[in-house]
Amino acid sequence: MTVDLSGGGNLLRVDNLRVGFGHRKAPKPVVNGVSFSLTGGKCLAIVGESGSGKSVTARTLVGLTGGRSHVTADRLEFNGRSVLGLGDRQWRGLRGKEIGFILQDALVSLDQLRPVGAEIAEALRLHGWGTRAERREKVIDLLTQVGVPNPELRARQLPHELSGGLRQRALIASAIALDPSLIIADEPTTALDVTVQAQVLDLLDETKRRGKALILISHDLAVVARMADEVAVMRGGEIVEHGDADDVLYRPRHEYTQALLDAIPSTHSKGTKLSHTSRPALTIKPRSAARGPVIKADGLVKRYHGPDGITRTVVEDVSFELNAGETLGVVGESGSGKTTTARIVLALADPEEGQVLLNGEPWTAASPKARRGRRRQITVVYQDPLSSFDPRWSVRSIVADALPRDSYPSAALRGERVRELLGQVGLEEEHLDRRPLQLSGGQRQRVAIARALAPEPSVIVCDEPVSALDVSIQAQVLDLLTDLQSELGLSYLFISHDLGVIHHMSDRVLVMKDGRVVESGTADAVFHQPREEYTRQLLAALPRLDRSESLTTDHGRLL
Amino acid sequence: MSATQVIVDAELEAPPVVASPPRLRRFHPGVILSGLIVAFLIVAAVLPSWVTSRDPLAIDISHSLQPPSLSHLLGTDQSGRDLYARIVYGARLSLLIGIGATALSMTIAIAFGVVAGLSGRLVDGAINRFIEVLFSFPVLLLALLFVTVFGPSATTEIVAVGIGTAPGYARMVRGQVLAVRGSGYVEAANALGHSYLRVVRRHILPNAMRPLVVVVTLGVGQSIVWASGMSFLGLGVAPPSPEWGALLDAGRNYVTGAWWLEVLPGVAIVAFAMSVTSIGRYVRQRLEGGLRDDR
Amino acid sequence: MSTAAPAEVARTPRRPGYRAVQRYGLRILGAIGVLWAAATFTFFVQALLPGDRAALILNLETGQNIHRSARELAPINSEYGFSNPIVVQYLHYLGGLVRGDLGTSYQMHQPVTTIIGAQVTPTIVLTVASLLFAWLIALVLTVATTKRVRFVSAIGSGFETITAGLPQYWFGVILLVVLAIDLRIFPVQGGTSAAGLVLPALTLGVPLAGFIGQVTRDEFEKVLDQPFITSARARGMGDLEVRLRHALRHAVLPAITLSGWALGALFSGAVITEAVFARPGLGNVLVTGANTRDIPIVSGIVMLVAFVYVLANLLVDLAYSLVDPRMRTS
Repeated sequence: MTVDLSGGGNLLRVDNLRVGFGHRKAPKPVVNGVSFSLTGGKCLAIVGESGSGKSVTARTLVGLTGGRSHVTADRLEFNGRSVLGLGDRQWRGLRGKEIGFILQDALVSLDQLRPVGAEIAEALRLHGWGTRAERREKVIDLLTQVGVPNPELRARQLPHELSGGLRQRALIASAIALDPSLIIADEPTTALDVTVQAQVLDLLDETKRRGKALILISHDLAVVARMADEVAVMRGGEIVEHGDADDVLYRPRHEYTQALLDAIPSTHSKGTKLSHTSRPALTIKPRSAARGPVIKADGLVKRYHGPDGITRTVVEDVSFELNAGETLGVVGESGSGKTTTARIVLALADPEEGQVLLNGEPWTAASPKARRGRRRQITVVYQDPLSSFDPRWSVRSIVADALPRDSYPSAALRGERVRELLGQVGLEEEHLDRRPLQLSGGQRQRVAIARALAPEPSVIVCDEPVSALDVSIQAQVLDLLTDLQSELGLSYLFISHDLGVIHHMSDRVLVMKDGRVVESGTADAVFHQPREEYTRQLLAALPRLDRSESLTTDHGRLL
Repeated sequence: MSATQVIVDAELEAPPVVASPPRLRRFHPGVILSGLIVAFLIVAAVLPSWVTSRDPLAIDISHSLQPPSLSHLLGTDQSGRDLYARIVYGARLSLLIGIGATALSMTIAIAFGVVAGLSGRLVDGAINRFIEVLFSFPVLLLALLFVTVFGPSATTEIVAVGIGTAPGYARMVRGQVLAVRGSGYVEAANALGHSYLRVVRRHILPNAMRPLVVVVTLGVGQSIVWASGMSFLGLGVAPPSPEWGALLDAGRNYVTGAWWLEVLPGVAIVAFAMSVTSIGRYVRQRLEGGLRDDR
Repeated sequence: MSTAAPAEVARTPRRPGYRAVQRYGLRILGAIGVLWAAATFTFFVQALLPGDRAALILNLETGQNIHRSARELAPINSEYGFSNPIVVQYLHYLGGLVRGDLGTSYQMHQPVTTIIGAQVTPTIVLTVASLLFAWLIALVLTVATTKRVRFVSAIGSGFETITAGLPQYWFGVILLVVLAIDLRIFPVQGGTSAAGLVLPALTLGVPLAGFIGQVTRDEFEKVLDQPFITSARARGMGDLEVRLRHALRHAVLPAITLSGWALGALFSGAVITEAVFARPGLGNVLVTGANTRDIPIVSGIVMLVAFVYVLANLLVDLAYSLVDPRMRTS
């Protein structure tokens, strides 16, 4: 299968694509008149928040929208041939062979019960490529090509035995096995750590340089900035802005694109509002670090003893202080021990060595009974608020449950305080009697914040509080947290894997790796003059919108 | 609450679809039929004279082995007793055994399951082992062992079926308690400094017990099936009482000539068991439709 | 722990065989523990007998039901060891079990092991045949009807709902009447012949198929929504192959776990089925034993089934690790 690139003909042409789901008579529209075209060697990024229709658009191009969907278009051409209304057998001839499709999170996108090599060989076998022995050889070649070390061993292993980055490479290998002329990648790096993300993006970039067309679906404008030639911004099933990547990212014309770009927390956003809301602009109070530390952690160590007799050290000699009114950011990749540290600080896990002082008094070393009385001084906001709410309870009872009984002895007083708290986090009276499932993600996180505020704590531990949210909602929640801090003088222990969020929120930063603190200092010092190699790697791998700053290093293959 | 009302001015986000799946909102003939069957049989069990005027024990040799007709809706047996009346009057004992056995097995299951789920590794391990041991006795065999040792009676059936079905439920309760105990909202409650008892009472027990509502309905149906199996083997309640399983056992000898004696009591058992099951399923879907996250 | 990823952590590698030996050794020890506890339970249920076992035996022998004097009971008490302290009786019982001695029938005056041994083969054949039937029906049904057009799926799940709740004894009688007596397709009394096996095996297998089918269908539906299924389709794989090669393997895992329990239940269900079809086997021995209150026979069969259950679960572990390679490597 060769594609005529010399004529400059379009590999893919989509005109007025519409996709609806549900009943044939009145399908619920999900994609609403989308048009674009693509030639070989180019990358089109389709960017949007959840529910924008970007993933459905991608799936339409491989005919995998499912049984209840209705696809119409004025034109839907691949390689000069209409693929509208193709039968399943014809689609199967295209899938894998001429169009490769890569999904997010390879752990669940690869069959867990089969060796990685079998999955890659399957792509070859389905299109009748070679003999069994030839395929086995080709699998090793492909794994080598995507930068998997020790491919003979890896091919025999199961997905869960590989790290996230290797799995994603294997998944890419299975998608490009037959060298398809179009590759569609749906959020290919979303579940990955930032350093691994950079490597996977490099890999995709390389296929583009080999003349393949690439469609990159992402919620993250910064990720697409380094790869895309063209960017289409989708919202509510429509493309609101489409054009040359530089134009869209640096000279956006549509206000939604502008809002999305502004919502990205980064070096420059510090001290400014991220969201476009009607609330008054933020007044930054100079924070005094003069008051003593509210949290003092000293030499924390935590090990887990597995049932198989293996001991893993999850947190090793972690010490830090959190001062009143200050935000201490803890950043690190998965497995760095940051969440375990948070649980120790919350006294939900006991450290094996070291201790935490809360407001100057022993905290983790105190008896469970003594701790219970002081728990109102430190509260928590989790990444997934939904699972932190009892599903039977209304918003009213969730927040009221957190109010100390001695300060609010009567139901009337509690009711009044709950309303006040909901007002503080920007929720309305009407949300009082909803159950968590009846709220949107952003509303749920606001309820979680109201609950954390209820006991009037001096410290709130925020464990990845915005990681599950769309960028515009993330912006609102971050703004809310900043406002509350300056209004109430709270201290935050703010945990995130997202360097941009950490830099935006934090006064001081701890960088963690493999359970240890590798670097700490003021946010600006750590981000602008990192001392440690690991911090530099993290920062270098971070996709940025500002091209003058990034991509100066061509960090090659790690691993 | 309608999902379309959920709009917050500041947020661009789409509200989640929280309405129950469309299947549940439509008219549900199966569930309504099941409800009618169960209601009828409950009336039959409590006040049998309301639904039949005949005496289930009245012998009338001149009308023996009559097929179903207008005068004898479901026919008569070898002694000319009216089968419809016998099934109606049999409902009381059958339902009693079913409910009694389920109550017993739920009591055992909840006691063991909750204690195991809330305890440390040692107690939990011991109870779990014990449940495993009970599992190695199939319900029917355990019942036969009890009958052999204690002699056949309704009490023996209730105890045997109750103990026999308990381990499955106990394991389920334990699993539920463990799941809720490890949930985010229990950790959140602990982080708020609530006492252990308060967390158990307000979060763990209500959430762990919720699925049992359904299991109870399934259990009653299954218990009746088991108990009638005993009677079918001639090891249940003594013959003159028109318990459903006993009717099946009696009908077996006439199966070639008088099919209704064998088929119709079985239909009563199957209809009841399936009706409670389908009501239970419906209730579960309603409960979970509102409370489970379907992402 | 939410973020403690199972990444490559330094693990102390042991010889690969050692793990497996250790794991299976523990499993077998656990199985023996279950058997011991089951024997204890069985023994104490017997010992709880209201009244006097010696009187029961004497009444059984003479066909009377009268009060017996101590002088009449003495020889029986000494023959069966009932006058010994309960601990001695218990140890004697356990000792017998270890030697494969299940006691002597009150009625037939033969060792229970001899009686069981003579009748066990047809029951084993029936149990295994039923399990195979059940799996065959359940697999074909779920692969063919899960997540299809609503109408087809409804037929599949409807069949499962109806059959899973079906009382075996009643279903057996209906099958007998319709297929053997009215239509004469199968023999009414098939003995141990192959043709005679079909109806009893269906009687046991169809309700179990409904049950396995329900469990498998639930899982199948979940698996078909997984991203790796989309991945496979995106490689150009057809629907049937996706179901057979990828989804099925995942979907059968819960049902495999249940099969150990199911085998025990089938073994006891075989009792009823054998009674319905007047088929030779342990069923008739057991029903007669229960009717005549022949405790050693009934408790002997109970112990046998406990043994089958324990053995079945060891096999299930093995089968599980064959289907799920993660069990072998992690």
